[in-house]
Amino acid sequence: MDILYLPELGHFALILALVMASVQAIFPLAGSLTRQPLWLAYAQPAAWAQFVFLGISFLLLASSFLLDDFSVVYVANNSNSALPWFYKLSAVWGAHEGSLLLWLLLLAGWTFAVSLSKGLPADVLGRALSVLGFVSVGMLLFVILTSNPFDRYLPRIPTDGADLNPLLQDPGLAFHPPLLYMGYVGFAVTFAFALAALWSGKLDTAWARWSRPWTSVAWAFLTAGIALGSWWAYYELGWGGWWFWDPVENASLLPWLLGTALMHSLAVTEKRGLFKSWTLLLAIATFSTSLLGFFLVRSGVLNSVHAFANDPDRGLFLLLLLGLTIGLSLLIYALRVPNLKAKAAYSLLSRDVFLLANNVLLVVATLTVLLGTIYPLLMDALNQGKISVGPPYFNALFVPQMLLLGIFMGLGPLSDWKSMQWSKLKRKIWLAGLLSLLLGFAILPWIYDGSWSLAVALGLTLFLWIATTSIRDIWEASRGKKGWKGISRSRWGMMGGHLGAALIVLGVTMVSNYGEERDVRMAVGEPVSVKGYEFTLVSLGQRQGPNFTADTAVVEMRSDEGKLLKTFTPEKRLYQVRGMPMTQVSIDWGPLRDVYVAMGESLDDQAYAMRIHYKPFVRWIWWGGFIAAFSALLAVTDRRYRIRVPETAPAEAGTSRQQG
Amino acid sequence: MKRFLLFLPLIIFIILGVFLYKGLSLDPAARDSALLGKPLPEFTLPRLDNPELQVTRDDLLGEVFLLNIWGSWCPTCYEEHDDIQRLAAAGIPVIGLNYKDERDKAFTYLQEQGNPYQLNLFEPEGVRALAFDLGVYGAPETFLVDQEGIVRYHLAGEITPELVNQVILPEVEKWQDAY
Amino acid sequence: MTPKRKKKLWILGLMLAGVSVTVGLTLFALSSNINLFFTPTQIQAGEAPENRQIRAGGMVVEGSVKRDPDSLRVRFAVTDSNAQVWINYDKILPDLFREGQGIVAVGELNADRELIASEVLAKHDENYMPPEVAEALEAAGKLPSGSQESSEATEATY
Repeated sequence: MDILYLPELGHFALILALVMASVQAIFPLAGSLTRQPLWLAYAQPAAWAQFVFLGISFLLLASSFLLDDFSVVYVANNSNSALPWFYKLSAVWGAHEGSLLLWLLLLAGWTFAVSLSKGLPADVLGRALSVLGFVSVGMLLFVILTSNPFDRYLPRIPTDGADLNPLLQDPGLAFHPPLLYMGYVGFAVTFAFALAALWSGKLDTAWARWSRPWTSVAWAFLTAGIALGSWWAYYELGWGGWWFWDPVENASLLPWLLGTALMHSLAVTEKRGLFKSWTLLLAIATFSTSLLGFFLVRSGVLNSVHAFANDPDRGLFLLLLLGLTIGLSLLIYALRVPNLKAKAAYSLLSRDVFLLANNVLLVVATLTVLLGTIYPLLMDALNQGKISVGPPYFNALFVPQMLLLGIFMGLGPLSDWKSMQWSKLKRKIWLAGLLSLLLGFAILPWIYDGSWSLAVALGLTLFLWIATTSIRDIWEASRGKKGWKGISRSRWGMMGGHLGAALIVLGVTMVSNYGEERDVRMAVGEPVSVKGYEFTLVSLGQRQGPNFTADTAVVEMRSDEGKLLKTFTPEKRLYQVRGMPMTQVSIDWGPLRDVYVAMGESLDDQAYAMRIHYKPFVRWIWWGGFIAAFSALLAVTDRRYRIRVPETAPAEAGTSRQQG
Repeated sequence: MKRFLLFLPLIIFIILGVFLYKGLSLDPAARDSALLGKPLPEFTLPRLDNPELQVTRDDLLGEVFLLNIWGSWCPTCYEEHDDIQRLAAAGIPVIGLNYKDERDKAFTYLQEQGNPYQLNLFEPEGVRALAFDLGVYGAPETFLVDQEGIVRYHLAGEITPELVNQVILPEVEKWQDAY
Repeated sequence: MTPKRKKKLWILGLMLAGVSVTVGLTLFALSSNINLFFTPTQIQAGEAPENRQIRAGGMVVEGSVKRDPDSLRVRFAVTDSNAQVWINYDKILPDLFREGQGIVAVGELNADRELIASEVLAKHDENYMPPEVAEALEAAGKLPSGSQESSEATEATY
């Protein structure tokens, strides 16, 4: 009987969490309106209780999965008694309802962390918690009213579940959503701080200092989540691509781009007291795009191979939620932001301006991606017919934008705040510039391929430019009094982040220009040559897996001299419960290139259509992403964030407060 | 002027919101059948289990029922059979229409899979009756017909557990309560 | 003009120039990269442009799929039950491609009004079919055990 009532307890815990979230949202609001500081303090315990109840709810759902309680609709639709236990666990967030619960749990977790942070004035903390509470209330209502994961099949209980989508039965995808959601939800904290600042009217630079570490952590998770998703798509979908400009991917890119802009603009606001209202707007916009992406993916307004099942009711509820959250916060912004005249002066040649350029470019890139993503929707709404926007649109605009951004990425770290002489900047960058132009633009393309093309030359130049300037910056920092040990972690973090970006540029350049993708007909025994390797289909076979049947192939790769380099064993599986075909690729991976073999379709007994891909440097894209994510986390551990009392913050911040 | 600029993000968002709202109703998946709200066509068809007995439209009316088009040749019908049984077990009358099939094969199907149908109609290849008038050209397909014989819901494709819970059962209840 | 104002003017000018260039490029990129959807009827009536990327969709005509024995080249017709269009393709067809199934092809029309496809996507509406299709699929040994749900590919990724 204990099993039977667990889902009801989970549902009940969810409702209690809603009550707690309401307390957390409303009491500080009422307290600040009626000037009762004590009421602000209620937010803290309410936030803790909300976290606990959501945790209970989540654990109970997970236990329903582990206990194979198929009377729960969500479990029946996404699990099966034959599923291994770890996939039963990851199936908790394998579809709409459960992933919402995860989203909420993570939001409550972030809220809990905020409520513990020391050094925040009580009124700011109360207000920020109140904002987070409102976000949580909205989402909890959505879950309880439209997407309850604890709904039951009664009275007829299915004997077994419909199984987890085979594409999701993969370790990469088990971790992808939690990482991604940590990012999306993390931006809610910065959003809450921004609204709390607007609400209290205390628009000094302090809020920027509080927001920075939270933003960086959220950004790190989002970056890692996107990188993991891209890697998963590469090996699991069997198409060999790592980015498809699909609406769902774009939905994750929007907050990432704005979050990147926000991290940099927060730095300017904290250090120099500049761009205050701009940074506030960015903080609101970043979280808003997280929510917008959420809506786009779950309401079914966009055609995506990845979209959730359509449900107009849910869509309307979400739109209402989206409208209230974003609309109200933008309204508060418009009404409360004072006409701030920047008091600090800055010259055209300064880090301030370079970071401004970074912000402008990133915002333009965000708008580009947003426009391309929702353009089909706009046209449809205007009765202009059903259209789709292809990857060429995104590539044609996004790539040059990132190229420009890369130039500023090199200039930023080497320039001074406020103003600097051109001669000084020149002294710092000439070597890096010369090196990257000489090596990247002129020499390296020849060495690698024996030919030259503009795209490769530009890409490699950019890679070297970002990398060498970062290294130059860290080298310069090491010449301080304490040498290498004196370099702050946030400086290491900046270098790592930029180096990560440089590696991504390198990977993207190489794989897009030198990669080769061949769809070939392979008959047993007939060799096919791709990129200097010789591939031979040795045999075709069939095998029976635990919950699938598979066509199998054995493909040998040999060098020019006939030396056997690798034996590939790709499979084409048909998962039986869902009748779903899956491509199991076989990859020979390495730092300089991946060779990727996937089975397409059966042509006859002795021949199969195969994809053979040669992917130079493709791994650097993901490594770059993970390095950047790790660096952002490193920067957060900088000692100046650990110092609780603001007065002992580094002199830099102190002086800027006087200026700002 | 400066104040106005501050409202710009809000204005842009509102415009975007209007489009998103329109987008919701443009939902490409919501393909309503032309039959919704129209009466079930008149027909006379024999029963599957007894060719001598003819069934007409009026024989079916009186309570809310589901009309399920199936065939032993239809792979998806096997898939949705459990869900139909669940619907029948919940007390909802399900009328089967065996479509472009052969009697023997249909019997075997019902023997092996179980028979959740209150009654089965038989419309083999060449007969142009109810299924034809409903615009059916494949299977499975399911219609919800109310007490008055009006088609209230239509699904071409598989009945899934989600659909049963989230759409079909609520629809049945809604129309049961409507009169 | 004070130096401060001059600087502001500079920044403003640069921004304006940047914005207009971006907007111009965006509009250009959009107009040359949107793929309009055409039905076989529209294509036969000459409504679709030649030498420009479009999308065409319909049901794959039974028995129309012709394969080249030595390569992946394949030719098949799609229909909207009114008109039909030939599609030529030389890559791997999607897993869900079958005769009698709905597909969408992206590509350009040639002078003969045949689509030279660069991409073929199978629509995931596979659990509703007429008996002829079921028979053909069974004969080909390709009958899936049930519904296809690949549209949920990465449903959990957001």
